[in-house]
Amino acid sequence: MEFIREFANWFYLIGAILFILTLRGLSGPKTAIAGNRYGMIAMVIAVLTTFFVAEGPVVWMILAAMAAGAVVGITRARAVPMTQMPETVALMHSLVGLSAVLIAVAAVLHNNQLAAMFAQDAAAMTTAGVDFHAMTKVHQFELFVGCFVGAITFTASVFAYGKLAAKSWAKTLKGGWVKPVQASLFIAMLICGGVYFMTGDMTMFWTMTALALALGWMWIAPVGGGDMPVVVSLLNSFSGWAAAGIGFTLENNMLIVAGSLVGSSGAILSYIMCKAMNRSILNVLFGGITATAGAAGEVDDTPKNYRSGSADDAGFLMSNADSVVIVPGYGMAQGRAQNAVKELYNTLKDSGVTVRFAIHPVAGRMPGHMNVLLAEADVPYEDILEMDEINSDFAGTDVVLVIGANDVVNPSAKDDTSSPIYGMPILEAYKAQTVMVIKRSMSTGYAGLDNNLFYMDKTMMVFGDAKKVVEDMTKAISGGGH
Amino acid sequence: MVETITIFVLAIFVGYYVVWGVTPALHTPLMAVTNALSSIVVVGAMIQTIGLPVLGVDGSVAFQSINTISVLGAIAVFLASINIFGGFAVTGRMLEMFKPKKKKEV
Repeated sequence: MEFIREFANWFYLIGAILFILTLRGLSGPKTAIAGNRYGMIAMVIAVLTTFFVAEGPVVWMILAAMAAGAVVGITRARAVPMTQMPETVALMHSLVGLSAVLIAVAAVLHNNQLAAMFAQDAAAMTTAGVDFHAMTKVHQFELFVGCFVGAITFTASVFAYGKLAAKSWAKTLKGGWVKPVQASLFIAMLICGGVYFMTGDMTMFWTMTALALALGWMWIAPVGGGDMPVVVSLLNSFSGWAAAGIGFTLENNMLIVAGSLVGSSGAILSYIMCKAMNRSILNVLFGGITATAGAAGEVDDTPKNYRSGSADDAGFLMSNADSVVIVPGYGMAQGRAQNAVKELYNTLKDSGVTVRFAIHPVAGRMPGHMNVLLAEADVPYEDILEMDEINSDFAGTDVVLVIGANDVVNPSAKDDTSSPIYGMPILEAYKAQTVMVIKRSMSTGYAGLDNNLFYMDKTMMVFGDAKKVVEDMTKAISGGGH
Repeated sequence: MVETITIFVLAIFVGYYVVWGVTPALHTPLMAVTNALSSIVVVGAMIQTIGLPVLGVDGSVAFQSINTISVLGAIAVFLASINIFGGFAVTGRMLEMFKPKKKKEV
C-alpha cells in the first residue's frame, strides 16, 4: 500500500476539510447532524491513513486500545444525562490533555532510545531499515509546548470536572498565597523547559511536566462555580492548542488544522462568555468577583420587604396572562426541572398563553447548557430565544417566570454603578408586568449580590424546589381556573 | 517550518470565521464535537505505538512490539478513542434532540 503512504498528506487534507465542514454544519440544527457525520468520516480517513504512515505499527495493540476506547466512550455517551453535560465535557478535555502528554513523553523516549541504539551500532540499525533523524531544537521546543499545554489541560480539566460534579475533593482555594504559588510554578516550569531545550536533560523534562500538572490544578482551583462557563470554554481551547502542538512535532497538517479549529472555537466561546459577564478573561482567571463584593462597604442591613406566594397563586396568574416568558438558570439544571418546565409550557400553551424562553449566554455551567436541557425536554427550537432577540419584548410581557436564575436578571447591572456586575448585559425581566421567581431561599447568587428584582412591588417569590414548584403550578393551571 | 506556521495561522482564521457562524443554541454540541476533533491526537498516539528496534549481542536487530513507548502510545490511543467515539456519539445524541421537533410540528 505504498500508494497511501505516498499520498498520505492528501488524505489528511481531505480530513481537514471535512473537519471545517463539521463546524460549519453547526450553524443551524438542520445541517448539524450532517456536520457531525463529516467529522466521523474525517476521523476514519485519518486513522486508516495513519496505519500506513506509522513505521511498523503494532496493529493489534492499536486496535485493542481503540476497541476498548469505543466501548467506554459509547457507553458513557449513551448513558450520561443532559444535566451532567458540563462535567462530562470537562472530563473529555482532560482526556485530550492526558493523551497529549503521553504522546509527547513517548516521542521523547522514542528519540532517546533510537539515538542510543544508533550510538551502539549505526550500521546494523540502518541495514535493519530503521530510519532515524535526531530531534532538532525546533522539535524539542514543540514537544515542550505540546507537553506542558497538555499537562495543564489535563489537571485543570480534572479539577473543573470535580467542581462541576460537586465532588468533595474539588475545593475552591482562597487566600493570598495562591497567586504567588501560581506564578512561581509557572516560572519554574518555563525555566525547566528552557534548560531541557538547551541541554536535552531528561530530569528537566520530567520536572517540567510535573510542574505543569501542578500548575493546571492550582490555576483553576481558585475559580468559583459561576465562572465555570468561561473555564470550560477556555479548556476547550487549550485542548485544541495541545493537539496543534503535537501536530507541529509530528509535522502533521491535519493535527495542526484540527487543533487550530478547536483552539479558536474555545477561544471564541470564552470571549462570548466573558462579554456576557462584562468581565475580562484575566479578571475571571486571576481576579475573582467575590473580592469586589466583599469590598463594597455600604451593604444595607435593614431587611427589605418581598412578597412571596404559593405555586397555586402563581399558576393562576400565569393562566390569566396573554404572554409568559420563562427565564431558566442553573437552578433548573440543578433541580432537574426541565421536563416539569416543558409540562408547564404545554399546559400554558393549551390554555392559549404565548410562552417563550429567554436564554442568557452564561445561564448554567457551560455555553448552551440551557438550550440542550430544553431540547432534551422537547421544547420547540423556535420558542427558545437568545438575549438579544427577546430583550425588547419584556416590556410587553405579562408574566416573567424566573427559574433558578439570579445574576442574569439583576437590574443592578443596569443602574447601580457601584455593583460588581455593573455593565453586564442582563435579561430585562424587571420590565415585565409581573415577575415570578422560583428560588430555594432568599440567599444570594454566586456573585454574593443581592438582587433588587426580588424586592420590586411587581415581584412574587415562590420558594421551594424548582421541579416541585413547577409541577404544582402546572397542576394549579390544569386543575382549576378554567 | 514557515509552511507549517502558515497552515496553523490560516486554520485559526478559518476556525474564527466558521465558529462565529455557530448558533448559540448549539454551543454545547459544539464543545462536544470539538472534543472529538481534538482527539485527532490519536494519529500521534498511533505513530508512537510501534515496534522498537533492539540490538542483539551478535549485532542483529530485532523489533520488540511491547515496550515502554508502544504501551504509552496504546494508552494514548485508548484515551483519545474514548473521546472520539464518545464525543461524536454524545454530539449526535444532542443534535437528534434539536432536530425532530421542527419536522413533526411544521
